[in-house]
Amino acid sequence: MMVVVWFDVTLVIILLVCGWLALTTPNLLRAVMLFIAFGLLVALAWVRLQAPDVALAEAAVGSGLTGALLLSTLSAMQRASQKRRSRMEAMQQSTKEEYDAG
Amino acid sequence: MIGTSTLYTLAGVLLFGMGLYALIAYPHLLRKILAMNVMGTGVFMVLISIAYQGPTQRADPIPHALVITGIVVAVCATGLALTLATRIQALTGSARLETDEEA
Amino acid sequence: MQDRDFNRALQADDDTRLTQSRLLVLALATALVAGLAAAAITFPDDFGRLAPLALDSLPRSGVLNPVTAVLLNYRGYDTLLEVVVLLLAIVGVWAIAPTPRIWFKTPDTPVLATFVRLLLPLMMVVAGYMLWLGADEPGGAFQGGAVLGGVGVLWAAAVVWLPRAGRPFWLRLLLGAGVAAFVIAAVGLLFLRGNLLQYPPEQAKTVILVIESAAMFSIGATLAMLFIGGYPRREEAK
Repeated sequence: MMVVVWFDVTLVIILLVCGWLALTTPNLLRAVMLFIAFGLLVALAWVRLQAPDVALAEAAVGSGLTGALLLSTLSAMQRASQKRRSRMEAMQQSTKEEYDAG
Repeated sequence: MIGTSTLYTLAGVLLFGMGLYALIAYPHLLRKILAMNVMGTGVFMVLISIAYQGPTQRADPIPHALVITGIVVAVCATGLALTLATRIQALTGSARLETDEEA
Repeated sequence: MQDRDFNRALQADDDTRLTQSRLLVLALATALVAGLAAAAITFPDDFGRLAPLALDSLPRSGVLNPVTAVLLNYRGYDTLLEVVVLLLAIVGVWAIAPTPRIWFKTPDTPVLATFVRLLLPLMMVVAGYMLWLGADEPGGAFQGGAVLGGVGVLWAAAVVWLPRAGRPFWLRLLLGAGVAAFVIAAVGLLFLRGNLLQYPPEQAKTVILVIESAAMFSIGATLAMLFIGGYPRREEAK
Protein backbone atom coordinates (compact mmCIF):
# COMPACT_ATOMS: atom_id res chain seq x y z
CA MET A 1 0.00 0.00 0.00
CA MET A 2 1.22 3.44 -0.90
CA VAL A 3 2.03 5.94 1.76
CA VAL A 4 -0.01 9.09 1.70
CA VAL A 5 2.01 12.10 0.68
CA TRP A 6 1.50 15.10 2.94
CA PHE A 7 1.01 17.32 -0.08
CA ASP A 8 -2.08 15.34 -1.03
CA VAL A 9 -3.51 15.49 2.48
CA THR A 10 -3.00 19.26 2.66
CA LEU A 11 -4.48 19.74 -0.80
CA VAL A 12 -7.56 17.68 0.05
CA ILE A 13 -8.11 19.58 3.30
CA ILE A 14 -7.82 23.01 1.63
CA LEU A 15 -10.04 21.82 -1.19
CA LEU A 16 -12.77 20.59 1.14
CA VAL A 17 -12.66 23.76 3.26
CA CYS A 18 -12.82 25.91 0.13
CA GLY A 19 -15.78 23.91 -1.19
CA TRP A 20 -17.61 24.05 2.12
CA LEU A 21 -17.12 27.82 2.39
CA ALA A 22 -18.30 28.28 -1.20
CA LEU A 23 -21.48 26.43 -0.29
CA THR A 24 -22.21 28.06 3.05
CA THR A 25 -21.02 31.68 2.94
CA PRO A 26 -24.06 33.99 2.87
CA ASN A 27 -22.69 36.43 0.32
CA LEU A 28 -23.13 34.95 -3.14
CA LEU A 29 -20.38 36.96 -4.81
CA ARG A 30 -17.96 35.59 -2.25
CA ALA A 31 -19.38 32.12 -2.83
CA VAL A 32 -18.71 32.35 -6.57
CA MET A 33 -15.16 33.57 -5.96
CA LEU A 34 -14.55 30.66 -3.60
CA PHE A 35 -16.00 28.30 -6.17
CA ILE A 36 -13.51 29.52 -8.79
CA ALA A 37 -10.66 28.96 -6.34
CA PHE A 38 -12.13 25.54 -5.56
CA GLY A 39 -12.14 24.67 -9.27
CA LEU A 40 -8.46 25.59 -9.62
CA LEU A 41 -7.57 23.47 -6.57
CA VAL A 42 -9.48 20.57 -8.10
CA ALA A 43 -7.43 21.00 -11.29
CA LEU A 44 -4.33 20.68 -9.11
CA ALA A 45 -5.78 17.47 -7.65
CA TRP A 46 -6.26 16.08 -11.17
CA VAL A 47 -2.58 16.73 -11.89
CA ARG A 48 -1.69 14.85 -8.70
CA LEU A 49 -3.83 11.94 -9.87
CA GLN A 50 -1.98 11.81 -13.23
CA ALA A 51 -4.86 13.21 -15.25
CA PRO A 52 -3.36 16.23 -17.06
CA ASP A 53 -6.05 16.15 -19.79
CA VAL A 54 -8.77 16.47 -17.19
CA ALA A 55 -6.81 19.15 -15.35
CA LEU A 56 -6.67 21.29 -18.51
CA ALA A 57 -10.40 20.89 -19.10
CA GLU A 58 -11.22 21.60 -15.46
CA ALA A 59 -9.08 24.74 -15.24
CA ALA A 60 -10.48 26.18 -18.46
CA VAL A 61 -14.10 25.00 -18.37
CA GLY A 62 -14.93 23.88 -14.84
CA SER A 63 -13.36 26.85 -13.13
CA GLY A 64 -12.90 29.64 -15.70
CA LEU A 65 -15.98 29.49 -17.87
CA THR A 66 -18.34 28.31 -15.12
CA GLY A 67 -17.04 31.18 -12.99
CA ALA A 68 -17.68 33.66 -15.81
CA LEU A 69 -21.19 32.25 -16.27
CA LEU A 70 -21.97 32.49 -12.55
CA LEU A 71 -20.58 36.03 -12.25
CA SER A 72 -22.52 37.31 -15.26
CA THR A 73 -25.72 35.71 -13.95
CA LEU A 74 -25.18 37.17 -10.50
CA SER A 75 -24.76 40.66 -11.89
CA ALA A 76 -27.80 40.20 -14.16
CA MET A 77 -29.86 39.10 -11.15
CA GLN A 78 -28.70 42.08 -9.11
CA ARG A 79 -29.50 44.45 -11.96
CA ALA A 80 -32.98 42.95 -12.30
CA SER A 81 -33.80 43.21 -8.60
CA GLN A 82 -32.42 46.74 -8.41
CA LYS A 83 -34.71 47.72 -11.27
CA ARG A 84 -37.65 46.02 -9.59
CA ARG A 85 -36.89 47.76 -6.31
CA SER A 86 -36.73 51.23 -7.82
CA ARG A 87 -39.95 50.54 -9.76
CA MET A 88 -41.72 49.48 -6.58
CA GLU A 89 -40.47 52.56 -4.75
CA ALA A 90 -41.76 54.77 -7.55
CA MET A 91 -45.11 53.00 -7.38
CA GLN A 92 -45.33 53.51 -3.63
CA GLN A 93 -44.48 57.16 -4.09
CA SER A 94 -47.21 57.68 -6.68
CA THR A 95 -49.91 55.90 -4.62
CA LYS A 96 -48.91 58.04 -1.66
CA GLU A 97 -49.23 61.18 -3.72
CA GLU A 98 -52.66 60.07 -4.95
CA TYR A 99 -53.68 59.38 -1.37
CA ASP A 100 -52.47 62.79 -0.25
CA ALA A 101 -54.29 64.47 -3.10
CA GLY A 102 -57.53 62.57 -2.59
CA MET B 1 -2.66 4.14 6.53
CA ILE B 2 -4.77 4.77 3.48
CA GLY B 3 -3.48 5.16 -0.06
CA THR B 4 -3.59 8.28 -2.23
CA SER B 5 -6.39 6.82 -4.32
CA THR B 6 -8.59 6.15 -1.28
CA LEU B 7 -7.85 9.62 0.11
CA TYR B 8 -9.20 11.28 -3.03
CA THR B 9 -12.15 8.85 -3.22
CA LEU B 10 -13.15 9.86 0.30
CA ALA B 11 -12.72 13.55 -0.58
CA GLY B 12 -14.99 13.01 -3.60
CA VAL B 13 -17.64 11.32 -1.46
CA LEU B 14 -17.47 14.18 1.04
CA LEU B 15 -17.81 16.78 -1.73
CA PHE B 16 -20.87 14.95 -3.03
CA GLY B 17 -22.45 14.99 0.43
CA MET B 18 -21.66 18.67 0.96
CA GLY B 19 -23.17 19.56 -2.39
CA LEU B 20 -26.28 17.51 -1.70
CA TYR B 21 -26.80 19.26 1.64
CA ALA B 22 -26.44 22.73 0.13
CA LEU B 23 -28.65 21.80 -2.82
CA ILE B 24 -31.51 20.79 -0.53
CA ALA B 25 -31.04 23.23 2.34
CA TYR B 26 -30.38 26.64 0.81
CA PRO B 27 -33.07 28.58 -1.03
CA HIS B 28 -31.15 30.70 -3.54
CA LEU B 29 -31.14 29.25 -7.06
CA LEU B 30 -27.57 30.34 -7.78
CA ARG B 31 -26.44 28.46 -4.68
CA LYS B 32 -28.31 25.37 -5.81
CA ILE B 33 -26.52 25.49 -9.17
CA LEU B 34 -23.21 25.94 -7.35
CA ALA B 35 -24.06 22.94 -5.17
CA MET B 36 -24.87 20.85 -8.23
CA ASN B 37 -21.44 21.67 -9.62
CA VAL B 38 -19.73 20.69 -6.37
CA MET B 39 -21.66 17.39 -6.39
CA GLY B 40 -20.51 16.76 -9.94
CA THR B 41 -16.92 17.51 -8.98
CA GLY B 42 -17.25 14.93 -6.20
CA VAL B 43 -18.36 12.28 -8.68
CA PHE B 44 -15.50 13.20 -11.03
CA MET B 45 -13.05 12.91 -8.16
CA VAL B 46 -14.25 9.40 -7.33
CA LEU B 47 -13.86 8.39 -10.99
CA ILE B 48 -10.39 9.90 -11.36
CA SER B 49 -9.17 8.41 -8.09
CA ILE B 50 -10.33 4.97 -9.26
CA ALA B 51 -8.36 5.50 -12.48
CA TYR B 52 -5.19 6.30 -10.51
CA GLN B 53 -2.86 3.32 -10.36
CA GLY B 54 0.07 4.65 -8.38
CA PRO B 55 2.85 7.08 -9.27
CA THR B 56 4.79 4.61 -11.40
CA GLN B 57 1.98 3.18 -13.47
CA ARG B 58 0.00 4.93 -16.19
CA ALA B 59 -3.50 5.93 -15.10
CA ASP B 60 -6.57 4.39 -16.72
CA PRO B 61 -7.56 6.65 -19.67
CA ILE B 62 -11.21 5.58 -19.86
CA PRO B 63 -12.47 7.32 -16.69
CA HIS B 64 -10.46 10.37 -17.80
CA ALA B 65 -12.37 10.52 -21.07
CA LEU B 66 -15.65 10.09 -19.19
CA VAL B 67 -14.77 12.96 -16.86
CA ILE B 68 -13.75 15.32 -19.69
CA THR B 69 -17.12 14.61 -21.33
CA GLY B 70 -18.75 15.16 -17.95
CA ILE B 71 -17.08 18.51 -17.35
CA VAL B 72 -18.21 19.92 -20.69
CA VAL B 73 -21.76 18.60 -20.25
CA ALA B 74 -21.81 20.04 -16.70
CA VAL B 75 -20.93 23.53 -17.94
CA CYS B 76 -23.72 23.28 -20.53
CA ALA B 77 -26.22 22.18 -17.90
CA THR B 78 -25.00 25.04 -15.69
CA GLY B 79 -25.49 27.56 -18.49
CA LEU B 80 -29.00 26.31 -19.16
CA ALA B 81 -29.86 26.22 -15.45
CA LEU B 82 -28.55 29.77 -14.95
CA THR B 83 -30.70 30.98 -17.84
CA LEU B 84 -33.70 29.27 -16.26
CA ALA B 85 -32.87 30.89 -12.90
CA THR B 86 -32.67 34.36 -14.47
CA ARG B 87 -36.01 33.70 -16.17
CA ILE B 88 -37.60 32.55 -12.91
CA GLN B 89 -36.37 35.73 -11.26
CA ALA B 90 -37.76 37.85 -14.09
CA LEU B 91 -41.16 36.16 -13.85
CA THR B 92 -41.60 35.80 -10.08
CA GLY B 93 -39.40 38.63 -8.79
CA SER B 94 -37.32 36.35 -6.60
CA ALA B 95 -34.38 34.07 -7.29
CA ARG B 96 -35.11 32.01 -4.20
CA LEU B 97 -37.24 28.98 -3.69
CA GLU B 98 -38.77 29.97 -0.38
CA THR B 99 -40.01 27.21 1.89
CA ASP B 100 -43.34 27.48 3.75
CA GLU B 101 -41.49 28.04 6.97
CA GLU B 102 -39.78 31.19 5.74
CA ALA B 103 -42.63 32.63 3.69
CA MET C 1 -28.19 45.04 9.51
CA GLN C 2 -29.44 47.68 7.10
CA ASP C 3 -26.67 46.68 4.73
CA ARG C 4 -27.56 43.01 5.08
CA ASP C 5 -31.21 43.67 4.26
CA PHE C 6 -30.19 45.66 1.24
CA ASN C 7 -27.93 42.85 0.08
CA ARG C 8 -30.73 40.36 0.50
CA ALA C 9 -33.01 42.56 -1.52
CA LEU C 10 -30.38 42.71 -4.25
CA GLN C 11 -30.32 38.90 -4.30
CA ALA C 12 -26.66 39.00 -3.32
CA ASP C 13 -27.14 37.36 0.03
CA ASP C 14 -28.49 33.96 0.82
CA ASP C 15 -29.99 32.78 4.06
CA THR C 16 -27.59 30.16 5.39
CA ARG C 17 -28.56 29.99 9.04
CA LEU C 18 -28.59 26.52 10.51
CA THR C 19 -32.27 25.92 11.22
CA GLN C 20 -33.79 22.74 12.61
CA SER C 21 -34.92 21.37 9.27
CA ARG C 22 -31.49 22.09 7.79
CA LEU C 23 -29.88 20.20 10.65
CA LEU C 24 -32.02 17.22 9.67
CA VAL C 25 -30.86 17.51 6.04
CA LEU C 26 -27.27 17.79 7.25
CA ALA C 27 -27.70 14.64 9.37
CA LEU C 28 -29.15 12.72 6.43
CA ALA C 29 -26.36 13.90 4.13
CA THR C 30 -23.80 12.83 6.74
CA ALA C 31 -25.39 9.39 6.92
CA LEU C 32 -25.19 9.11 3.12
CA VAL C 33 -21.53 10.19 3.16
CA ALA C 34 -20.76 7.60 5.85
CA GLY C 35 -22.38 4.85 3.79
CA LEU C 36 -20.63 5.88 0.60
CA ALA C 37 -17.29 6.20 2.41
CA ALA C 38 -17.67 2.68 3.78
CA ALA C 39 -18.33 1.47 0.25
CA ALA C 40 -15.33 3.43 -1.06
CA ILE C 41 -12.94 1.93 1.49
CA THR C 42 -14.07 -1.63 0.76
CA PHE C 43 -13.92 -1.07 -3.00
CA PRO C 44 -12.15 -4.05 -4.60
CA ASP C 45 -8.75 -3.40 -6.14
CA ASP C 46 -8.80 -6.10 -8.79
CA PHE C 47 -11.80 -5.32 -10.96
CA GLY C 48 -11.62 -5.83 -14.72
CA ARG C 49 -9.93 -2.75 -16.09
CA LEU C 50 -10.24 -1.72 -19.73
CA ALA C 51 -6.95 0.21 -19.58
CA PRO C 52 -4.72 -2.59 -20.98
CA LEU C 53 -7.11 -3.05 -23.91
CA ALA C 54 -7.17 0.69 -24.58
CA LEU C 55 -3.38 1.01 -24.42
CA ASP C 56 -2.78 -2.09 -26.55
CA SER C 57 -5.02 -0.83 -29.36
CA LEU C 58 -3.34 2.59 -29.33
CA PRO C 59 -1.18 1.96 -32.45
CA ARG C 60 -4.33 1.27 -34.47
CA SER C 61 -6.24 4.31 -33.16
CA GLY C 62 -4.27 6.91 -35.12
CA VAL C 63 -3.26 8.96 -32.06
CA LEU C 64 -0.81 8.51 -29.22
CA ASN C 65 -2.76 10.18 -26.41
CA PRO C 66 -4.95 7.42 -24.92
CA VAL C 67 -7.58 9.89 -23.70
CA THR C 68 -8.04 11.32 -27.22
CA ALA C 69 -8.18 7.74 -28.55
CA VAL C 70 -10.97 6.89 -26.12
CA LEU C 71 -12.88 10.10 -26.81
CA LEU C 72 -12.66 10.20 -30.59
CA ASN C 73 -12.06 6.61 -31.59
CA TYR C 74 -13.18 3.88 -29.19
CA ARG C 75 -16.07 5.79 -27.72
CA GLY C 76 -16.91 8.00 -30.69
CA TYR C 77 -20.63 7.59 -30.02
CA ASP C 78 -20.34 9.22 -26.62
CA THR C 79 -18.56 12.22 -28.02
CA LEU C 80 -21.02 12.50 -30.91
CA LEU C 81 -23.91 12.55 -28.45
CA GLU C 82 -22.03 15.02 -26.24
CA VAL C 83 -21.71 17.45 -29.13
CA VAL C 84 -25.46 17.02 -29.65
CA VAL C 85 -26.02 17.84 -25.96
CA LEU C 86 -24.01 21.07 -26.42
CA LEU C 87 -26.18 22.03 -29.37
CA LEU C 88 -29.35 21.25 -27.41
CA ALA C 89 -28.16 23.38 -24.49
CA ILE C 90 -27.76 26.43 -26.69
CA VAL C 91 -31.13 25.79 -28.37
CA GLY C 92 -32.63 25.58 -24.89
CA VAL C 93 -31.03 28.85 -23.80
CA TRP C 94 -32.24 30.63 -26.92
CA ALA C 95 -35.73 29.24 -26.37
CA ILE C 96 -35.92 30.40 -22.74
CA ALA C 97 -34.15 33.75 -22.63
CA PRO C 98 -35.51 36.63 -24.68
CA THR C 99 -32.48 38.88 -24.24
CA PRO C 100 -28.75 38.54 -23.62
CA ARG C 101 -27.77 38.14 -20.01
CA ILE C 102 -24.80 40.45 -20.23
CA TRP C 103 -24.80 44.13 -20.96
CA PHE C 104 -22.97 45.11 -24.08
CA LYS C 105 -21.23 48.29 -23.15
CA THR C 106 -18.13 49.78 -24.67
CA PRO C 107 -15.46 49.71 -21.97
CA ASP C 108 -14.56 53.04 -20.40
CA THR C 109 -10.88 52.46 -20.87
CA PRO C 110 -9.04 51.86 -24.14
CA VAL C 111 -6.61 49.58 -22.32
CA LEU C 112 -9.05 46.68 -22.13
CA ALA C 113 -10.04 46.82 -25.81
CA THR C 114 -6.42 47.09 -26.99
CA PHE C 115 -5.28 44.34 -24.66
CA VAL C 116 -8.05 42.02 -25.79
CA ARG C 117 -7.33 42.83 -29.45
CA LEU C 118 -3.73 41.76 -28.89
CA LEU C 119 -4.67 38.73 -26.84
CA LEU C 120 -7.37 37.25 -29.05
CA PRO C 121 -5.20 36.15 -32.00
CA LEU C 122 -2.73 34.64 -29.53
CA MET C 123 -5.50 32.67 -27.86
CA MET C 124 -6.71 31.41 -31.24
CA VAL C 125 -3.21 30.09 -31.92
CA VAL C 126 -3.10 28.45 -28.48
CA ALA C 127 -6.45 26.76 -29.18
CA GLY C 128 -5.20 25.40 -32.49
CA TYR C 129 -1.97 24.26 -30.88
CA MET C 130 -3.89 22.44 -28.15
CA LEU C 131 -5.97 20.68 -30.75
CA TRP C 132 -2.88 19.56 -32.68
CA LEU C 133 -1.09 18.59 -29.48
CA GLY C 134 -4.09 16.54 -28.34
CA ALA C 135 -3.14 13.72 -30.69
CA ASP C 136 0.01 12.86 -28.75
CA GLU C 137 0.08 14.87 -25.52
CA PRO C 138 -2.51 16.14 -23.03
CA GLY C 139 -4.88 18.45 -24.88
CA GLY C 140 -7.50 18.04 -27.56
CA ALA C 141 -10.74 19.39 -28.94
CA PHE C 142 -12.38 20.07 -25.60
CA GLN C 143 -9.46 21.98 -24.14
CA GLY C 144 -8.98 23.91 -27.38
CA GLY C 145 -12.70 24.57 -27.51
CA ALA C 146 -12.58 25.88 -23.96
CA VAL C 147 -9.85 28.34 -24.95
CA LEU C 148 -11.97 29.43 -27.92
CA GLY C 149 -14.88 29.84 -25.52
CA GLY C 150 -12.62 32.10 -23.48
CA VAL C 151 -11.91 34.07 -26.65
CA GLY C 152 -15.66 34.51 -27.10
CA VAL C 153 -16.16 35.59 -23.49
CA LEU C 154 -13.38 38.20 -23.71
CA TRP C 155 -14.74 39.32 -27.05
CA ALA C 156 -18.19 39.87 -25.61
CA ALA C 157 -16.88 41.47 -22.43
CA ALA C 158 -14.69 43.98 -24.23
CA VAL C 159 -17.14 44.44 -27.15
CA VAL C 160 -14.42 44.26 -29.75
CA TRP C 161 -16.98 43.70 -32.45
CA LEU C 162 -20.48 42.34 -32.35
CA PRO C 163 -22.68 40.92 -35.05
CA ARG C 164 -25.77 43.03 -35.67
CA ALA C 165 -29.01 41.85 -34.13
CA GLY C 166 -30.53 38.52 -34.94
CA ARG C 167 -28.87 35.19 -35.17
CA PRO C 168 -26.60 35.32 -38.16
CA PHE C 169 -26.32 32.30 -40.39
CA TRP C 170 -22.61 31.88 -39.83
CA LEU C 171 -23.18 31.64 -36.09
CA ARG C 172 -25.65 28.79 -36.56
CA LEU C 173 -23.18 27.19 -38.93
CA LEU C 174 -20.44 27.46 -36.33
CA LEU C 175 -22.65 25.98 -33.61
CA GLY C 176 -23.74 23.07 -35.78
CA ALA C 177 -20.36 22.34 -37.40
CA GLY C 178 -19.30 19.76 -34.81
CA VAL C 179 -22.47 17.71 -35.08
CA ALA C 180 -22.44 18.02 -38.87
CA ALA C 181 -18.82 16.82 -39.21
CA PHE C 182 -19.44 13.96 -36.80
CA VAL C 183 -22.61 12.80 -38.54
CA ILE C 184 -21.05 13.10 -42.01
CA ALA C 185 -18.03 11.05 -40.85
CA ALA C 186 -20.28 8.46 -39.20
CA VAL C 187 -22.60 8.03 -42.18
CA GLY C 188 -19.73 8.14 -44.68
CA LEU C 189 -17.89 5.39 -42.82
CA LEU C 190 -21.13 3.44 -42.56
CA PHE C 191 -21.29 3.32 -46.37
CA LEU C 192 -17.56 2.84 -46.92
CA ARG C 193 -16.78 0.31 -44.20
CA GLY C 194 -20.16 -0.95 -43.09
CA ASN C 195 -19.70 0.25 -39.52
CA LEU C 196 -20.68 3.48 -37.81
CA LEU C 197 -17.60 5.49 -36.72
CA GLN C 198 -15.10 2.71 -37.33
CA TYR C 199 -12.10 4.43 -38.86
CA PRO C 200 -9.63 2.71 -41.17
CA PRO C 201 -6.35 2.66 -39.16
CA GLU C 202 -4.33 4.39 -41.92
CA GLN C 203 -6.63 7.40 -42.22
CA ALA C 204 -7.70 7.44 -38.57
CA LYS C 205 -5.61 10.46 -37.65
CA THR C 206 -6.96 12.54 -40.54
CA VAL C 207 -10.56 11.66 -39.72
CA ILE C 208 -10.02 12.37 -36.02
CA LEU C 209 -8.37 15.72 -36.73
CA VAL C 210 -11.16 16.82 -39.10
CA ILE C 211 -13.87 15.87 -36.61
CA GLU C 212 -11.91 17.42 -33.74
CA SER C 213 -11.37 20.76 -35.45
CA ALA C 214 -15.06 21.07 -36.38
CA ALA C 215 -16.03 20.04 -32.84
CA MET C 216 -13.56 22.53 -31.36
CA PHE C 217 -15.13 25.48 -33.17
CA SER C 218 -18.60 24.32 -32.17
CA ILE C 219 -17.61 23.86 -28.53
CA GLY C 220 -15.97 27.29 -28.44
CA ALA C 221 -18.97 28.98 -30.05
CA THR C 222 -21.40 27.15 -27.74
CA LEU C 223 -19.51 28.09 -24.59
CA ALA C 224 -19.29 31.73 -25.68
CA MET C 225 -23.01 31.82 -26.53
CA LEU C 226 -23.84 30.24 -23.16
CA PHE C 227 -21.98 33.13 -21.54
CA ILE C 228 -23.82 35.73 -23.60
CA GLY C 229 -27.11 34.02 -22.76
CA GLY C 230 -30.20 34.68 -24.85
CA TYR C 231 -29.79 36.33 -28.20
CA PRO C 232 -32.26 38.99 -29.33
CA ARG C 233 -34.61 37.85 -32.03
CA ARG C 234 -34.37 39.71 -35.29
CA GLU C 235 -37.65 41.59 -34.95
CA GLU C 236 -37.09 42.49 -31.29
CA ALA C 237 -33.61 43.85 -31.80
CA LYS C 238 -34.12 47.39 -32.90
